[in-house]
Order: sequence, then structure tokens, then C-alpha cells
Amino acid sequence: MSQHQPFPVFSRLLHWLMAILILAMLFIGIGMVASVTDYHWLVSIHKPLGILILVLAVIRLINRLINPPPALPAEMPAWQRWVAHASHILLYVLMIVLPLIGWAMLSAAGNPVVLYGALHLPAILPHDAMLYALLRQTHTVLALLLFALILAHFAAALLHALIFRDGVFQSMTTGQRR
Amino acid sequence: MPPDKSSPYDLAVLRQGKMLRRLVGIGIIIGASALCFAAVAGWLSPDKVTPASFVNGFQQANGIHPGFRRNHAKGVCIAGSFASNGQGVRLSKSVIFQPGTTPVTGRFALAGGMPMMADGPKAVRSMALSFRPANGEEWRTGMNDIPVFPFPTPTDFYEQMQAAMPDPATGKPDPAKLKAFVDNHPKTAQALKAIGAKPFSSGFADASYNSLDAFRFVNEAGTVTPVRWTMAAVDPFVAQNPEQSAAGDKNYLFDGLAARLKQGPVQWHLIVTIGQADDPTNDATVIWPDDREKVDVGTLTIDHIASEADGNCRDINFDPLVLPNGIEASDDPLLSARSAVYSRSFTRRAGEDKTPSAVQIDNAAKEP
Ligand code: HEM
Ligand code: HEM
Repeated sequence: MSQHQPFPVFSRLLHWLMAILILAMLFIGIGMVASVTDYHWLVSIHKPLGILILVLAVIRLINRLINPPPALPAEMPAWQRWVAHASHILLYVLMIVLPLIGWAMLSAAGNPVVLYGALHLPAILPHDAMLYALLRQTHTVLALLLFALILAHFAAALLHALIFRDGVFQSMTTGQRR
Repeated sequence: MPPDKSSPYDLAVLRQGKMLRRLVGIGIIIGASALCFAAVAGWLSPDKVTPASFVNGFQQANGIHPGFRRNHAKGVCIAGSFASNGQGVRLSKSVIFQPGTTPVTGRFALAGGMPMMADGPKAVRSMALSFRPANGEEWRTGMNDIPVFPFPTPTDFYEQMQAAMPDPATGKPDPAKLKAFVDNHPKTAQALKAIGAKPFSSGFADASYNSLDAFRFVNEAGTVTPVRWTMAAVDPFVAQNPEQSAAGDKNYLFDGLAARLKQGPVQWHLIVTIGQADDPTNDATVIWPDDREKVDVGTLTIDHIASEADGNCRDINFDPLVLPNGIEASDDPLLSARSAVYSRSFTRRAGEDKTPSAVQIDNAAKEP
């Protein structure tokens, strides 16, 4: 297991930057819709930050194709490797689809997608109230799914760090091969 | 049997007490993270007043009318344009205030959550507008024809809404509760006096509509000016006459508007009032002194009217914080609340089946 390779530095950087941004985003999102007083300033952060996450997610996907991640330890049971791969694919899908739905739902609502000042994005769907309602619901469901998935991912990382001690955790942190 | 050193993935490792404690530790960390999320979501504080509580309150007071706004439910769509005279440029860098014309769509409505209510002498009339300049920005504003708003904060609004809930026994609000609320809220009492002192107009066309909330205009140099605005009617004001509502037409205000539009376009001047340093921007119950500078920045012309339908004003959320570059929110706490509550109201009604609105405009007759 000491052969386990670390992730490239750029990949690690993207991973931790996005981890912070996405977690912040989930808390901002779930907090703003429950607040009368803080709604406006939070939603004003939520939109540009969400689009930033979309851009970073695309960069990250391209980076993954150029710099493939190290293989998981061969000793890991096959089912665990399968779960790991499937959950990583789902994380990528949600990182890209969730902000796209945010953008699409505002388009369907007929609302301008203002990022900052005069900077705004074009509509990517026609104005359609029913479609908005559907996408708005989907945004909530997928956001909750993403949070659940992140918790599971975090739990698995801690299992690798503290119980399996197989170097997988370090491959995304210090990069030290143990 | 000692755990097999070569496979760290064997559950047998948990037989070591140290490993079991670590597993419990991981469980605690994950559980605590989930708990934080639930706390921020408000799931642990069911009594918290959220945007949904406001919308539920409207529904409780008025009943649920699927597809309709939870407040200002009865309305009609309008369209026209705004001709800027350029006087606003020194106050705001928004393209809307450059000399020229901006297309506008909007909605006239009556305050209240009953879409089929009869027009009445005491119904607050409202004008909501969406300015759509060519650069893709948008300015939405919802204005009422009263001089001040009765509540300084969203909390006061919510408490009044609860005090005004119909008593299940009588089907009417309990006057004692309403009185107790006003007695305990001197700002509301004062605002209601100002509202009561002003006669209502005979129609939508001769009414003037106020932003009530304060905003900030920001010009090219970055100078910030606190402002409020009014759409001041060009049609001469005619006070409401009691016979109008007594005549039995449940839609007399809307029908009057449609009839007025058949005679020609209706106009308003957009008058911006400039606040001074000590004028409150965070309290819509207080009128700014009369002598404040007022700037006429352009003319709104309304020349189209249509019943609410798919994709028109019915499906727009006139969120007062949809603002172009050059107009910003003030510190008025009502603004964020309006934005949050309108969004929740919009989300609910957008997903519901729609039925025809009370106001039906016969547009065939309008074609030349
Ligand atoms: C990784 C990206 C994103 C995450 C994790 C995220 C998360 C969330 C969450 C948790 C909520 C609250 C859902 C609820 O409880 O109903 C929410 C609501 C919302 N999100 Fe996002 N979001 C993301 C991207 C975006 C983007 C890119 C936009 C738009 C450009 C956007 C616009 C909104 C809006 C408008 C709301 C609801 C506001 C309302 O209902 O009043 N989101 N988001
Ligand atoms: C905290 C205080 C307030 C609450 C909770 C509230 C609530 C609401 C709700 C739920 C709607 C329906 C939104 C929709 O479904 O599209 C609405 C519409 C409206 N409100 Fe308020 N409101 C408040 C304060 C104000 C103030 C200060 C004004 C000032 C002028 C105002 C003017 C309007 C107008 C003009 C509309 C109708 C917009 C349209 O025709 O679509 N409201 N309000």
C-alpha cells in the first residue's frame, strides 16, 4: 500500500478550493431560503458563486482527463472501489448539473441572471412558469443529494485516514506516501 | 484471531478498541456536520418566521387560490414604454435614465390575497413595472397608491397578519386584537393616520404610485443618493365617489381603466425624491419632509392592456430587488423580506394549475 500515488498538486488545489466553495454554497442556499432578513445579500452571493463553481467544475473535469487520478489501492475490496468510482462520477455530475439548473430555473422564471452590477448571463430556457416550478424543485432535491453525498464522501475519507490507513487520504492531502 | 495485517479493509480491525473509538469519532463528526446544516436550514427551529411562514399566513387569511399571487391577487397586465428625459443621469448610471425610450411591461392590481374580490373604495391600488432596456438588464418595481407603508419591519407585518387572522367562530378578524396591535405599534398607528387622510382615486389611471421603500441611486462618478420615487399621474386626480362601488360592477376599477385606455394612452411622470442625510431610508412608515428636491426623470406611457395569461405579467415575479446597474437596495429591512416572500409566493403559484382571472379584457374590440 505504500506504493499509493498522490494526486497531482493542481488537482489537490482544485479539490480543496471547490470543497470549501461547494460547502459554503450549500449552507448559503439552505440558509437564504429560510431567512427573511438575510435572503437578499445571501442570494446575491449565491448566484455568482454558483456560476464560479460551474466554471471550476468544467476546468476540473478537463484537468482530470489530462491528469488522471492515481488508482485506488489494489487491496481495496472490489465493491468498495465500485462505490468510490460511482460516487465520484455522481459528484462530478452534480457539481455541473446543479449550477446549470440554477441558471436554467432563473431563465424559466423570466428573471435576469445578474452576477454583479451590469454583469448578467443570457437566458438558457424560454420563460415558462411550470418549467420553473419543476426546476426549482429539482434544484432543492439535487442540492440535498449533493450534501448527503459530500457527507458520505467525507466519512469515507476519514475511514481511509483513521481506520484503513492505506494512503488514500494522504493522496488528496499532503501527498506523502506512507 | 489477530486482525490480518495485510488487509486493512477487513472489518476485524474494529476489534481493536482504538479503531472502534475512531469509528465512533467519525460518526460524531458526520452527525455534527449534518446537524449544523439542519440548524442553518431552520429545521431545528420550527417557530422561526421564514418566507414560507409569510406565504402560509396569506393562505390562512385568504384561502388558497391556486395559480394566483398570495397578495395583490387580482390584477391585469399592461404594457407601454418609458421615455427618459436625461435628468436622471446625474443621479444614476442606469441606461434607463439615458435620454431615450425603454419598453415596459407591468401589472395593475389591488392589494389583498383574494383574486375574485370586488373592487372597493378602500382597496389599495398598485402598479408593478418591468423596464427592459436593450442591454439585457432589467428594473422591476412594485408601487402602491398609499403615502406610507403601515409597517416599519417585516416582523411587524407578520405580527399584524397574525392579529388580523379571521376568528374561526365569526369568520372575521377580532377587532380587539387589531386594536391591541395598533396600540402597541405607534409607527403603524401614525402611518394608518397618514393613509386614512388621503382620499383614494376614482380609478387606476388618475392614481399616483409610490415606491414607499427607499433605494440608492449610484451615478457614473460613484456618488450614492438615497431616493424614493413616485409614478405621478398625468390624468387629473378625481377622488373616489361612493356611487362607483355601489353600482354593482365588481370590476369597476379595472373596467374603468380599460375604458380609459380605449380613449388613448395613459401617462405618468417618474418623480424621484432625493433624501437628505437624516431622512430615514430604513423606515417606510415615515414620510420624508415635503421640501425635498424632486426630479422628473421621464414619462411612462401605458397603451396596452391584457388579461393575465401564460407568459405575460401573470408569470413575472415583480421582485423589487431586480435592479439594473445604477440602482441598489437601501438598508430598508422590508426589501429583503419582499424579495424572499415574493419568490416563495411565485414558486408556489408557478407550479399550480391556472384558472382565468377575474379581469377579462376583450382585446378583439380594441383592434382598430
Ligand atoms: C454548486 C452549485 C449550487 C448549490 C450547491 C446550490 C444550492 C442551493 C440550495 C441548497 C438552495 C436552497 C434550496 C431549498 O431549500 O429550497 C438553493 C436555492 C437557490 N439557488 Fe442554488 N445552488 C447552486 C447553484 C446555483 C446557481 C448557479 C444559481 C443561479 C445562477 C442558483 C440559484 C438559486 C436560487 C435562485 C435559489 C432559490 C431562491 C428562492 O427560492 O428564493 N443556484 N441553491
Ligand atoms: C414585508 C412586507 C411585505 C410583504 C410580506 C408583501 C407580500 C407580497 C406578496 C406575497 C405579493 C405577491 C407576490 C407574487 O406572488 O408575485 C406582493 C405583491 C405586491 N406587493 Fe407586497 N409585500 C410587502 C410589502 C410591500 C411594500 C412595502 C410595497 C410597496 C409599494 C408592496 C407592493 C406590492 C405590489 C405593488 C405587489 C404586486 C406586484 C404585482 O402586481 O405582481 N409590498 N406583496
